[in-house]
Amino acid sequence: MAESQIHIALAGNPNCGKTTLFNLITGQNGYVGNWPGVTIEKKEARLSSDKGVVVTDLPGIYSLSPYSPEEQVSRDYLMGGEPDVVVQVVDATNLERNLYLALQVIETGLPVVVALNMADLVEKNGDAIDVARLERELGCPVVMISALKNSGIDTLIDEAKTVAVAKGAGQRHAFDSAIEDVLQHIEAQLPASVAPGRRRYYAVKLFERDSDAASAIKLADAAAQRVEALITQCEADCDEDAESIITGERYAVIAHIIDECLHRAPAKMSTSEKIDRIVTNRWLGLPIFALIMFGVYCLAISTFGTSMTDWVNDNLFGDGWELFGAAMPSVPALFEGWLAAAGASDMVISLVCDGIVAGVGAVLGFIPQLFVLFVLLSFLEDCGYMARVAFVMDRIFRRFGLSGKSFIPMLVSTGCGVPGVLATKTIENEKDRRMTAMTATFIPCGAKLPVIALVMGALIGDAESTWIAPLFYFLGVIAVIASGIMLKKTRLFAGRPTPFVMELPSYHMPSARSWALHVWERVSAYVKKAFTIIFASTIVVWFLSNFGLFNGAFGYLPAMPGTPEEFTDHSLLASLAGLLAWIFAPLGFDSWQATAMSITGLVAKENVMATAASLLHLADATETDPSLWAAFAALFPSAGAIAAFGAFNLLCAPCFAAMGTIRAQMNSAKWTAVALGYECGFAWVVGLMINQFYLAAQGVFSIWTAIAAACALAILFQLFRPMPKGAWDDAEPASVAAPATAA
Amino acid sequence: MKTLGDVAVGDSSVIVKLHGTGALRRHLMDMGLIKGTAFKVVKVAPLGDPVQITVRGYELSIRKEEAAIVEVE
Repeated sequence: MAESQIHIALAGNPNCGKTTLFNLITGQNGYVGNWPGVTIEKKEARLSSDKGVVVTDLPGIYSLSPYSPEEQVSRDYLMGGEPDVVVQVVDATNLERNLYLALQVIETGLPVVVALNMADLVEKNGDAIDVARLERELGCPVVMISALKNSGIDTLIDEAKTVAVAKGAGQRHAFDSAIEDVLQHIEAQLPASVAPGRRRYYAVKLFERDSDAASAIKLADAAAQRVEALITQCEADCDEDAESIITGERYAVIAHIIDECLHRAPAKMSTSEKIDRIVTNRWLGLPIFALIMFGVYCLAISTFGTSMTDWVNDNLFGDGWELFGAAMPSVPALFEGWLAAAGASDMVISLVCDGIVAGVGAVLGFIPQLFVLFVLLSFLEDCGYMARVAFVMDRIFRRFGLSGKSFIPMLVSTGCGVPGVLATKTIENEKDRRMTAMTATFIPCGAKLPVIALVMGALIGDAESTWIAPLFYFLGVIAVIASGIMLKKTRLFAGRPTPFVMELPSYHMPSARSWALHVWERVSAYVKKAFTIIFASTIVVWFLSNFGLFNGAFGYLPAMPGTPEEFTDHSLLASLAGLLAWIFAPLGFDSWQATAMSITGLVAKENVMATAASLLHLADATETDPSLWAAFAALFPSAGAIAAFGAFNLLCAPCFAAMGTIRAQMNSAKWTAVALGYECGFAWVVGLMINQFYLAAQGVFSIWTAIAAACALAILFQLFRPMPKGAWDDAEPASVAAPATAA
Repeated sequence: MKTLGDVAVGDSSVIVKLHGTGALRRHLMDMGLIKGTAFKVVKVAPLGDPVQITVRGYELSIRKEEAAIVEVE
């Protein structure tokens, strides 16, 4: 690869298939979803067919206006990063709106190749696009492609390389002559430092009164005044403001192009419309959503997924299994056999079998359930349903000052909190973004499922668990909503709701490839976690629970003379957790084991299960094992305490991985502390209320009863008091009656 | 002033003017809502807000509150 590098930038509307194209040509596994705004930061990778070409995937945007962070990232890169060529990806099924951004990118004066994506769908709809004509109108090469079907890609790349080497800028479209006149006068005011190819772009930006662009070229004050005079005059002539004039001109150009180049088949009702008739129906929308989430959880947790997980736990990690009639040993038995044969000491065997295999195994046993969950969730995300959920739920979310957009991170969190917190980046408003990042992890993620199963098993047994998992899901939603309402009334989060102007993308069947990638990414992340964080934690927990002080001597407890059966009571873990047990005493679970489970659960929620299995000396136990339920339940004084334990562990700060993501997302130590502190505090208060009210119902009262009652009252007050006066004053008013220009 | 939010479900209309200033107004224009644009209100969300409109061949969701800055015929 002796030739110098070529930089290709991929630009386009949200959801136009840019990331699919990026993944296809670079062999990367970027995240693809069918809702607007999946790529938030730009991503870079080399072309898999030619390592001399660097491809940058820009965030999906609708315009190069200076208002949203994604648009600024894209603008800065296009104007400062010097890409050799911009591949403008256009959703060919929606030419009109997609060309709006394409025109602006062409205005930048950079070499552009337009990729008409989803060409296969255009054909299917019976429409026809005159590509040669479109090339002439846009003044740049146009290639029909389908990123999903992998067609036209080679032609596109060849074309991009050719244009990049030729450095030929696209010819530009002309606006109305009166506007062109003004733009020329503005161009004349630009400093000489602005390169010829960019003068047009800056003239248009100045006309739009884009202050970022003005400061970028260091426009002199005198010139700025002359430009302003030109704009004001033009606005008076057109009886419109400058932004409207330019937008109108661009859409006029597009209307002309569409007339010339697009031959539409007679309109018929699309499949998307038919699906939407039912899915976002006025009466059926909410019940259907509830039904879908219920179905997802039932399938993953209770029926299909469970039978697979049970097999793994009962056979692979339990009593062994049969392969073509031959008895196969279980994994723990296998390890024990190997280690014993190798002459390992009891201590090593205990570490491996009771510590690592029990802990990691308990976590790995969950893979089948998670696999089913991720398959279903990924489908919902990729097919376009998530945007509808945001549409259906917006009204509820707006009540506490968030938009329906906040619901997407929360739905993603049902899989895993890490991508959930990451998905908050699509929310423009900073306060909303912070609040969503704080509350999204209340939704039970995959790793919390074992906790749910364990707690519910101990509480009620297995028989009715079909409705339990969805119940916890909706409890999570309630925690999110209650927190939202309460937080919004505090000074930290007060502010107007963000606008909810969102495209509802057409439904499409996800490609098997991106679907599989999506599932694989999440399952592999889970497995990776099991062998890293969980693996390390199990060793630490094993060490802490097997070593300790007994009769004044420190050592490996099982090997020490005279240690009782329940030797872990003398372990380091018992002493350490015992020090912290007072925190949980009002919640009813002050046993050191329950404390240890909760503390290790902060590292990763899978640890709650792993620690339980290891502490209760049931190496092959699973969360659906009645013997574990009984041993687990014995740690608690009452059913209320078990429920409080469940509530605390489901609501408190999620896990190291998610905490790290929250830290990165908040980009501030203070806000990370606020977020984690709130999560743990809220979880503790909910646990306290559950336990104390349970006790009160049994006729047991204490000072904590009063405190729990006070907490409940405070929560109710914060929930139902009116929005404080002036809370929304800081934001711009959403509707201003005064017209922007004089009539 | 009749606004986009006043258009009944199933009815079509044409945009006369965008009022207000700032990011929201610009975003609406970038999404193709400008003077002279025809649109149809397709449906309203189950809880009465937002509304879904078809404009320039695609589906857009917008709250009634935001639609209040869009004057229509």
